[in-house]
Amino acid sequence: MAKIAKMVAQRLALGLLTLFVVSLIIFLGVELLPGDLAEAILGQSATPETVAAFRRELKLDLPPHERYIAWLADILRGDLGRSLANQREISELIGVRFANTLFLAAVAAIISVPLAVTLGVLAALYRNSFYDRAVNVVTLSSISFPEFFVAYILILFLAVQGGIFPSISNVSPGLDFWDRVYRVILPALTLTLVVVAHMMRMTRASIINLLASPYIEMANLKGLSRTRIIVHHALPNALAPIINVIVINLAYLVVGVVIVEVVFVYPGLGQLFVDSVIRRDIPVVQASCLVFAATYILLNLTADVLSILSNPRLLHPK
Amino acid sequence: MKQLYYYCKLLECGKISRRDFMGRALALGATTALASSMAAQAVKAATPKKGGKLRLGIGHGSTTDTLDPATYENLYIQCVGGAIHNKLTEVSNTGGLVPELAESWEPTPDAKVWAFKLRKGVEFHNGKTLDAEDVVASINHHRGEESKSAAKPIVDPIEDVKADGKDTVVFTMKSGNADFPFIVSDYHLAIMPSKDGKVDALSGVGASGYTLDKFEPGVRTALKRFPNYWKTNRAHFDEGEFLAIVDVTARTNALTTGEIDAMDRVDIKTAHLLARNRNVKIVETSGTAHYTFAMRTDTAPFDNNDVRLALKYALDRKALLQSVLRGHGVVGNDHPIGRSNRYHADELPQRVYDIDKAKFHLKKAGHSSLKVDLSAADAAFAGAVDAAVLYKEHAAKAGIEINVVREPNDGYWSNVWLKKPWCAVYWGGRPTEDWMFSTAYADGAPWNDTFWKHDRFNKLLIQARAELDETKRREMYVEMQRIVSDEGGVVVPMFNNYVMGLSSKVQHDEMGSNWSLDGFRALERWWFA
Amino acid sequence: MNSVMKLLRSAPPSAVFGMAVIAFYIFVAVFAPLLTPYGESEIVGAEFLAWGDEGFVLGTDNLGRDMMTRLIYGARNTIGIAFVTTCLAFLIGGVFGLMATTVGGWLDQLLGRIVDILMAIPTLIFALLILTILGTSIPVLVVVIAVLDSTRVFRLARAVSMNIVVLDFVEAARLRGEGIWWIIGREVLPNSMPPLVAEFGLRFCFVFLFISALSFLGLGLQPPTADWGSMVRDNATLITYGDITPLLPAAAIALLTIGVNFVVDWFLHKTSGLRDEH
Repeated sequence: MAKIAKMVAQRLALGLLTLFVVSLIIFLGVELLPGDLAEAILGQSATPETVAAFRRELKLDLPPHERYIAWLADILRGDLGRSLANQREISELIGVRFANTLFLAAVAAIISVPLAVTLGVLAALYRNSFYDRAVNVVTLSSISFPEFFVAYILILFLAVQGGIFPSISNVSPGLDFWDRVYRVILPALTLTLVVVAHMMRMTRASIINLLASPYIEMANLKGLSRTRIIVHHALPNALAPIINVIVINLAYLVVGVVIVEVVFVYPGLGQLFVDSVIRRDIPVVQASCLVFAATYILLNLTADVLSILSNPRLLHPK
Repeated sequence: MKQLYYYCKLLECGKISRRDFMGRALALGATTALASSMAAQAVKAATPKKGGKLRLGIGHGSTTDTLDPATYENLYIQCVGGAIHNKLTEVSNTGGLVPELAESWEPTPDAKVWAFKLRKGVEFHNGKTLDAEDVVASINHHRGEESKSAAKPIVDPIEDVKADGKDTVVFTMKSGNADFPFIVSDYHLAIMPSKDGKVDALSGVGASGYTLDKFEPGVRTALKRFPNYWKTNRAHFDEGEFLAIVDVTARTNALTTGEIDAMDRVDIKTAHLLARNRNVKIVETSGTAHYTFAMRTDTAPFDNNDVRLALKYALDRKALLQSVLRGHGVVGNDHPIGRSNRYHADELPQRVYDIDKAKFHLKKAGHSSLKVDLSAADAAFAGAVDAAVLYKEHAAKAGIEINVVREPNDGYWSNVWLKKPWCAVYWGGRPTEDWMFSTAYADGAPWNDTFWKHDRFNKLLIQARAELDETKRREMYVEMQRIVSDEGGVVVPMFNNYVMGLSSKVQHDEMGSNWSLDGFRALERWWFA
Repeated sequence: MNSVMKLLRSAPPSAVFGMAVIAFYIFVAVFAPLLTPYGESEIVGAEFLAWGDEGFVLGTDNLGRDMMTRLIYGARNTIGIAFVTTCLAFLIGGVFGLMATTVGGWLDQLLGRIVDILMAIPTLIFALLILTILGTSIPVLVVVIAVLDSTRVFRLARAVSMNIVVLDFVEAARLRGEGIWWIIGREVLPNSMPPLVAEFGLRFCFVFLFISALSFLGLGLQPPTADWGSMVRDNATLITYGDITPLLPAAAIALLTIGVNFVVDWFLHKTSGLRDEH
């Protein structure tokens, strides 16, 4: 266990380094984009003088490295700064948005992860049966449609025609918990349809991959039931790749849902991020990117710890 | 005419009686029929019901939106501005200019010095009473060396603005401008309360009928009726909520499921399908917004007017209007003045698709064939790339090869517009001829995107600006439209309509066409049945 | 040749179906210019004609281009791009992933960190940045998506092979003094194949989806190039009114995805060493 603790500490330190590099890359990336905030906001109305005045006010006329170092110094003091575009506190902006994003991701995960693993185990258990093929075709079709299209279809049936759920998920801070859940059901279902196939197929494949192993044959010869073999012998050993895929999908639920946010008008972090990139609002881009990156790093670390715990050979290397 | 609208306004507000109105209107030279129909309209408008909460779904909005009117960036925040701020004057729903925070105005005979008399007893949302200093500070917010305002070019002609007592503001212009009262109706020039000669532009405090309750940029804005609003026959809703719904399908769904009461920018491809819904009505206004293909007249081959004419004749405007706007607009005549403008030149012949004339001008310019690049991106206007592709097809028949260059949406206005020799451009248009021409056609104007210099045109522009005689002005503006159409560097294929979807319970008077959503005043002007 | 025929004959119906679908798509993609009556972006009629109007089997799109023609050219562009991209992603991700575990130590750490950094930046945003800087052209699109996708492949390859490199036969090969590439090629790769192949089938279809997501943000393949992702996007509003036109390109993607994955499943079944249990 001490080994794992050491690894976690090491990885967290590396995580900080990763965050630093990510912030650098993003900063450079946004710098390389044509135009800056002044030009983006003024758009067609820009004149050379107003753009210049705008830049002076926002200190965009300073050289890039000076701005980056100033930003870094603020971050190290724990100050995320203010949005260049509307002078709002970034910590406030991001706080609400990120809570919304996590809430949606959590609802989607609670539906999709157990569903995917169960479907996968059952598919492995009854492989090549009608059930296996049916689940396969349905899940594969569901991921073949672009997210926004899945969303439109769900809206058409459940909101426009069925009238069961609202077509837009405009949650606001004052809403109580169950209202909130009710409002995010449609986006959560959309996301579920998008991620279930991937996790389910990986569960099935990893288990089947193990079924030829000697210890499974042994169990078979001992006359154990198929269910018992799969749940007790195969599944624990197939956990590493399954956990990996689940984590990739969880990360996706947090980080990659911009389009679902747009379609359902859900005020999450993704929309904030895209808006800020388009308007070149660098401090907001930086801060949201750090939040995303940190989420990803933590999820990833969790996956690796779980993988090691699930495999004794990795836990006690020779 | 201005006075007539003013009286009409008074009648609406119940400040004068109908008889009083008729008397004054007839004295101003209006026919009895016109006066009584105006009176009828004003009285009809005077019976809206109070109450309710208007939920608007607007197809713009960004988390970077700011309450500072100087940097209003998109239609969403402009609508918020329309709800929380009053200006000195207002372009009414019928297109005329009516007094708002200014009660009246008087120019010197050369139209160089304008004195605006302010309405008395107007209260800001924070309780402060409007005075001349507030107006001076609000205008100065956009002026000066350190101004980052998008409205800076339009306040540049102001040489000096100062308070004359508590209720009068005097503007001194660099040169005479008969349209100045129109300029101060611009949505940037919101009047905000001042303190020590400065306004707090980010506070969102104005003098309008609605106070800002919650503002979540790029998501929603909640507004509450301001009980002390000076207009008695406006601001009927108790509350307003503006949602930023950028995806058009989401917006449409929200309207059909009753999550919102009205939306802008209906998907024109499916507007006819949406119109079948009995709970929804489609409303269109045709104003000054138009699309252009701007040629740099300082760059070969566009420096030759025959090449420009050849290109103007090589476009089938009707087909373009049908394909790109599905008919939701009107064809343009290669000048930027719309039919809702006061001096639109109806007498100019409509330019049509004429391959022979295109070939003739091409030959006259010394070309047997021509190959040109046309830059476009959907950032210019929705469907710009499609329009360019269609243009290519049309021009090919006249022996002109147009190479459509698809530019990135991102940074279009900074990297393509005013830089590339020929590109697609969108103009929201301006309420007056002078404003439009001085912005984009005058020699040396920062947004003269055709880099066009025409001596006669520039001379007329300055003359017409200070001309107070209507007939003479009209003649001048007609001639200018002819010059732009025949010699300008711009192809104006069409004027686009603002197409909106409203729930059937939303009521409105004639809808303002200067901007979308009733000139950004939907919350103030509409009501529930 | 004979053994191939024999193998094919032993395939279950689902795999046969999958192979037939793939063969059909490849045929359509290769012979697109011969199969279509019009050019890819040729305007041939009025806009938005309904199915069967004026001889256009599937009607026309918003500019009056033949839908059928666009759909067939879409097969060519979409499948071609997705296939090249996925292969490139697997080449990059697979090689580095297996190398990381087999060599271990500092290389594993280094590659792991680079991938961590790349993955920590949200994919869409990363693509948005790079595509805006470099401009949206097909080669840029392919390389950007392949590199972003390869990080996922890398992680999977690493996770799968992590369990294999600690096995005795790899240990034995190391002790024999075999070269690193030999170990990867002969020992690690064959044993990590099944999950990777299963992933290939899915990744292939994620590329379509990613391209269509990019076109949602205005950065996908640029018109007038026909691709299914953007075709779904362009006509998506119609679905609200019960018009199934946007379903066509989406269904085309779905059918191909199912076909590819049926074949993948069969392969998985073959390589798992399980005897058929009928």
